[in-house]
This record gives sequence, structure tokens and C-alpha cells, in this order.
Amino acid sequence: MKGFRYLEGVATLELERSLCVGCGRCTEVCPHQVFRIEQKKAVLADGDACMECGACALNCPVAALKVDAGVGCASGMINEWLREKKFPGFGGAGGCG
Amino acid sequence: MPQISATLTLADRVGACKARWGINRMNFLVPPGLYAIGEPDAQAPVVVTANYKMSFDLVRQALSGRDVWLLVLETYGINVWCAAGKGTFGTGELVRRIEKSGLAEVVAHRRLILPILGAAGVAAHRVKQRSGFEIAYATVRASDLPGYLDNGCVTTKAMRELRFNWYDRLVLIPVELVLVAKPVVPAAALLYLAAWLLFGAAAAAAAACAFLGAVFTGVAVGPAFLPLLPTRSFAIKGAFAGLLYCALLYALAGGEKWGGAATLAAFLALPAVSSFYTLNFTGCTTYTSKSGVKKEMRLGLPVMAGALFAALLFVVAGRLLA
Repeated sequence: MKGFRYLEGVATLELERSLCVGCGRCTEVCPHQVFRIEQKKAVLADGDACMECGACALNCPVAALKVDAGVGCASGMINEWLREKKFPGFGGAGGCG
Repeated sequence: MPQISATLTLADRVGACKARWGINRMNFLVPPGLYAIGEPDAQAPVVVTANYKMSFDLVRQALSGRDVWLLVLETYGINVWCAAGKGTFGTGELVRRIEKSGLAEVVAHRRLILPILGAAGVAAHRVKQRSGFEIAYATVRASDLPGYLDNGCVTTKAMRELRFNWYDRLVLIPVELVLVAKPVVPAAALLYLAAWLLFGAAAAAAAACAFLGAVFTGVAVGPAFLPLLPTRSFAIKGAFAGLLYCALLYALAGGEKWGGAATLAAFLALPAVSSFYTLNFTGCTTYTSKSGVKKEMRLGLPVMAGALFAALLFVVAGRLLA
């Protein structure tokens, strides 16, 4: 994304290139231009730009992509953790409903 | 079939403005289903969106002057991006809505236009299997839809790119301020009470105001100046903003009279508070990953807690030794 980069070397995105059929769906759904098609197969052109939204893996028809998908949202994670620990008063809506 | 106007009324705009401030935000929605913009026929394109009214309004406004079908999914008033993350803007709901609305009888073609940020919830090949409809992920922003349609339904590089400019960030801040007020106001009251018991009314008011300022720095200043603050870590960006805030406070609010313990405590606690709230802004962006935020929390939260604890120790020790 222009002008913004997040932490390097943390994204869990993996591409099993031998399974790829080169349909290009991943290049279509990725909003961070992580993929490129080279020699009729996808390559990870910029894996560190991945925000782990999971769109590529969900839309890959041959399951060549794997990612531990989720939302990069600190308050969401804290709320989830508080709910798991059953702190009183934290069962309600977070910032994103 | 409900036909809708592509022009927004004053009430639509007021509603959007209120939602930005957290007023009636979780209930700002339209009924799901198939809507007609203009006079679409069996060949007209079908655009899919969420039933958050702000999303719905942006899309219908963008399609003004055109004949288009608008298929609105039940996302319980949540925008496309967040609903896709939750899965409500998802394969199941899309297939269900196609069936329920009788879309297959309304249009002769089998093509749906989806927002790119909806792809995190929808598996295009499964939708095709289950409904016969082909999915095209068109653009990130609704405002690029006319360009996409005029371009022969081909996405250009610019339509695929996310951006996060000043306006995009500033517009998110009001609701963040409203949301943090709920836990922050009682915390400020507690701080005031504790400081009042230890040091009296003047110091208590100063401490509570300094705390509220640090929260504001973390919630509003950090996000607004995001690209200008150093490093990629939101926690460090926030700590830096908090440090600047504290230095400014020291310079403008008679810092030389604070005394050693209070000064140390302020420079430890205020950046920690700002850091925490800027770290929370990760959820408002579309470029932070879950693994990255987890890493920041694992490293950052203990440091913030440690700084707060040390600040408390300094203040108490300063009081006992004075």
C-alpha cells in the first residue's frame, strides 16, 4: 500500500506452487498486490505486504494457498481475550460490532 | 422490486455523519434484497454490497445515472470489509440471497460484481458451483465502479489499490473517541480521586487532564500523523507521539515545578497510554496483519504495563520520601 508498510517477516502466507493452476484469482482478490503470475503460475512477489485477510486462500480453487487468516485489530484481540477469561462487563460489542 | 434513488438526501447525509460519531451506528442499515437503480433490464449488471447504510449509500450514489441491479446482503449493518472478516458477507449469505431474491429469473446473464474487500468472505468458485453465478471482484472503492463499468468491466491497477490518506484516517477518529470514552472517563475519575487523596485537588486535576490528553494523543494524533511517526510498529508510533505530547506539556505547563518523581512518572506513563491507544488503531487500517498485531501486543503490552507500574512506584515513593 502506497506510503504504508507493516512489520516484516511476520505474515503466515504460504504458496504451494506445484498445486497452482495459474487462474490468477489471487492477483484479483489481493488488495496489496502480493502475487504475480510468472510462467503461468502465481509467485509471492511481496509476501511482507500480506495483511492475512485470507481472501486468496478462500478463493483459490485448488487450495494452493495457506494463511492463518484473521483481523489485525488489537482491540478485537484484547476483547476476545477478556471474553475468554470471562472478565465481567466485556461480553458486549467491540469497535466493529 | 424496490426502486431506489441514486441521489442522497439530507437525511442520508445526517445519518452517515451521526454514524461517524457513533450515534445509532449499530442500527444504520437497510433491508437486504434486490434493488433497482434506474431502469435495469435482464442484461443490466448486478452489483453486490452490504446492508450497512453507509456502504449502500456510497454504492447507489456512485451508480447514479445508470441502470444497475443492486443485491444487498444481510451483514447486520456491518460494512463489507468487516463483514467479510466475520463471514457474514460470505459465500453462504450470497448464495442464499441470490435464491431468495429470485435473481436468476430477473437477469439473463450469470455475472456478479463484488467489491474486492469482500473477497475475504466469499469463495468465488463455491458460489459458482452452488448458484451458477460467476463472480468478478471489481474495485476496492465504490467510487471506482463507474470507471470499472465504462472500462468494459476490467479492473485497472488503480482500482485495485488501497489507500489510507489524511481524509481516510481523520474520518475514523470521531467514532474511536466516542468508543474509548466509555472506559476512559471512569479511569480518569479514578485517577483524579487517587491523586486528590495523595496530593490535593490541583495535582489531581492536572493528572486527570494529562491522562486524557495522552488518550487523545493515542486515539487521534497518532492515527492522523501515522505516516510521519517513526517505525512501522503502531505501539512505537504511539509511544513517540505520547513522548512528544509529554515534552510539550512539560514545556507549556510549568514542568520545572513538577518535581523529579512526577516528571519521571509523566514521561513513563503518558507515552505508555498513547502507545496503547495508537496500537488499538491497527483495527481501523487495512494493512496490518493478525500476526503483526499479535507480535506488537506480545512485546508492547508488558512494556506499557511496566512503564505504568514504574510511574506509580515513582509517584508513591516521591510522596513517602517528601
